[in-house]
Amino acid sequence: MAFKITVNGHVNTVDAPADMPLLWVLRDMLDLRGTKYGCGIAQCGACTVHLGGQPVRSCQTTLSMVKEQPITTVEGLSADGSHPVQKAWEELDVPQCGYCQAGQMMSAAALLAKTPSPTDKNIDDAMSGNLCRCGTYIRIRAAIHKAAEMAKATPAKAQK
Amino acid sequence: MKRTENQMTLERRSFLKVSLLAGGGVMFGLATEQAAEAQGRGGAPQAPPSPKDFIRVAADGTVTIIAKNPEVGQGIKTMLPMLIAEELDVDWKHVKIEQADFNSAKYSGQSAGGSTGTPTNWDPMRQVGAAARAMFVTAAAQTWGVAEKDCTTASGRVMCNGKSLGYGELAAKVASLPAPAFADLKMKDPANYKIIGKTQKGVDVADILTGKPVFTIDVKLPGMQYAVFQRCPVLGGKVGSANLDEIKKMPGIKNAFVVDRPDLTAVSGRPGDLVSGVVILGETWWHAQKARQALKVTWNEGPNATGSSTAFAQKALELSKQAPMSTSRKDGDYDTAIKGAAKVVEAAYDYPFISHAPLEPQTATASFKDGKIEIWSDSQQPAGGKSGVAQTLGLQPDDITLHMTRGGGGFGRRLTNDYMVEAAWIAKQVPGIPVKLLWSREDDMQHDYYRPAGFQYLKAGVDASGKIVAWRNHFVGYAEGATPVTGTIGATEFPQKFVPNYELHVSTIPLGLRTGALRAPGSNAIAFVIHSFLDELAHAAGKDPVQFRLDLLASEQPAAPAPAGGRGGGGFGGGFNADRAKGVLQMVAEKSGWGKTTLPKGTGMGVAFHFSHQGYFAEVVQAKVDAAKKVTVQKVWVAADVGSQIINPGAAENICQGGIIDGLSEAMSQKITIEKGRVEQTNFHQHGMMRMSQAPPVIEIHFLTSNNRPTGLGEPSLPPIVPALANAIFAATGERLRSMPFADHGYSWA
Repeated sequence: MAFKITVNGHVNTVDAPADMPLLWVLRDMLDLRGTKYGCGIAQCGACTVHLGGQPVRSCQTTLSMVKEQPITTVEGLSADGSHPVQKAWEELDVPQCGYCQAGQMMSAAALLAKTPSPTDKNIDDAMSGNLCRCGTYIRIRAAIHKAAEMAKATPAKAQK
Repeated sequence: MKRTENQMTLERRSFLKVSLLAGGGVMFGLATEQAAEAQGRGGAPQAPPSPKDFIRVAADGTVTIIAKNPEVGQGIKTMLPMLIAEELDVDWKHVKIEQADFNSAKYSGQSAGGSTGTPTNWDPMRQVGAAARAMFVTAAAQTWGVAEKDCTTASGRVMCNGKSLGYGELAAKVASLPAPAFADLKMKDPANYKIIGKTQKGVDVADILTGKPVFTIDVKLPGMQYAVFQRCPVLGGKVGSANLDEIKKMPGIKNAFVVDRPDLTAVSGRPGDLVSGVVILGETWWHAQKARQALKVTWNEGPNATGSSTAFAQKALELSKQAPMSTSRKDGDYDTAIKGAAKVVEAAYDYPFISHAPLEPQTATASFKDGKIEIWSDSQQPAGGKSGVAQTLGLQPDDITLHMTRGGGGFGRRLTNDYMVEAAWIAKQVPGIPVKLLWSREDDMQHDYYRPAGFQYLKAGVDASGKIVAWRNHFVGYAEGATPVTGTIGATEFPQKFVPNYELHVSTIPLGLRTGALRAPGSNAIAFVIHSFLDELAHAAGKDPVQFRLDLLASEQPAAPAPAGGRGGGGFGGGFNADRAKGVLQMVAEKSGWGKTTLPKGTGMGVAFHFSHQGYFAEVVQAKVDAAKKVTVQKVWVAADVGSQIINPGAAENICQGGIIDGLSEAMSQKITIEKGRVEQTNFHQHGMMRMSQAPPVIEIHFLTSNNRPTGLGEPSLPPIVPALANAIFAATGERLRSMPFADHGYSWA
């Protein structure tokens, strides 16, 4: 079955079953491999993308659920790593293995778009669905605060 | 197993190998006399010529450094090149880093295990850099007709009397020079370090943050098919029948077949690396995974189908009451000393199997064609993977090309190469078609090489002055056949040598489950038992827990001859040094304000230290426990002695904090149980990992530098955190936790 989906501003026609999770459409069909598989049951958040601006677990989002809503993946945060969360993550050298960080950044970017000056509590609430097996939580929290500061300095970038 | 310092330094007979590169560049590698002699005789296998050694300097001055070890998040791909770059005297920001393939002819020790990357490479990597630098100096001195001693280097240039030449300009000349002997090299005074000791960001970070396909799961080849592998839920079980014809007709399915090798154990070095099962190949991974739902397999489950965690626990209790099967250590006269003790404490401790669960599930890609195979894997031990593939597929080592791709976590899971062998086996069945095998999370949690569970039955006595006079531990662990699995207690494990009358006994239960090394193997459970029990003894003796431990560390017994056999304490050998342990314990007490802080009711501090992988770590946890047993870890203090130099301070802090969070997850909520030979847990909802809202807001890491060779940080931060938390919960509530996970006692994170 053919679906038209908009990913990072590009319209793609995908011929795949309606129940195919977006995660595997992105990874195995559209070659967008930045979005990661970790659990397949929305426990780890490694597959987080934005659907219509909302953070969703792409392992649990089927093609038929996408409809007209635009999708943003980590590749679409910015072309060059210039989104405030990417810059903050880079500056604080957040990753260890790095496998969860695309999902972490997508959750963080969605939080900042809605709550430009998050408290620690806001951060805990928004990030509790994203596991980091390496345990970089202290740096992720610091990076979100830093990204908030950076976004205020360049407001346009936070709108993604 | 004891590894001496000498073995960790570069072999004296090694020398620098220098060759000219196309375009006027030069490359530096290491060779050994043995290898060179073999090459001269033409008798030994020789690596094909390749520019990929350690350093390449192009004519335009571009410096490329090869990172030789597997990167699974421990930061080695950044750290080893830092060592070379420092002594080479180039600007770090201009260095390019390239990941090596697995190549045992070129590189030694391409593995990630035992926190050995730092101690085994600290000298050789600096020597490679220093030798190359010395040759640029020689080349410049000859060019200018000046003395080498009058030349200096900086930022990839040689300078003398106002003249200056870049390394790139000297590269062609360097290639014609004889290499200096490592013994003659003068290395930098650490006071002059520009790269070592300064935080350098991870070299792959920019790619990771922009979603570039840098992980093993991201490997993609033209025409590739995606594989899932349905294994028998019971280890050793075999496929009876499967509805392959039906599966093959499903949409997007390319192939389906049974894997069954009856002679597996005899052929493969490690039993169980290739188990029986059904492979489904799909046009995407999801197609293959979905087809699994329709897969019907009848299994011949075999003899392991009766294993049960409940039965194991009953068996352990029975064994604890019997004479031990073996004795690892007997110092002094325990029986007499325990009778004379003023106070006696007896306690039974246990800990469960747990799963590694790196966030990237096991995956490998393989392409078999014309009798040769090319593999992409994030193995932590590629040498074992390569030999496993060679043995299982019946190939020669030269027929196997092994690319080392970034792993999304390791934690010891990728020390076993079962998934690499599986991918290679599957690829061999479909020659010409590249295959990516990806395990589902359920596959991973149910077919791991688990951290072995164990039971420890302890009895100890203190005298009237509060000194431990007698200690007996009967460890009941598991055995595969007659061989005890990993995680047994070494004969010299602390507090042996600090208690005059000491006994350590071992009994084992047969196990039909694969076990393996999980981050700080052995230590990750032993520290919990030893330091929780020491806390019990401190309270029985009426002593402050820190002072009690300091007193114990001051009571080292005169050296007794080591028994034959028995593994050394501390994980991967290395003698325990009481002064270094005392140093970190005093430091963590001072930093945490131990004994000087008045805490509200329901809040407590716990302390523990542990020596493993040559690192000394002491840790204090401050935890609040509410009436519903909800635990908040308010703060953690860590004091660590891993030698004279923290090579990459930012990464060092990050990985230590990670070890703490990892250990807290194990302590609170991780447990694998077996019923009818099957693992009962399937995914993260049943094998909890700490989440951000639960993690301590502050984990302070303090390094105590000492005049010892730098050692590794991947593991030793983890073990003490488990007993430190247990002891903090005791301080807060009065409840002593003698088994993991603490969730089994009603505790949870707030």
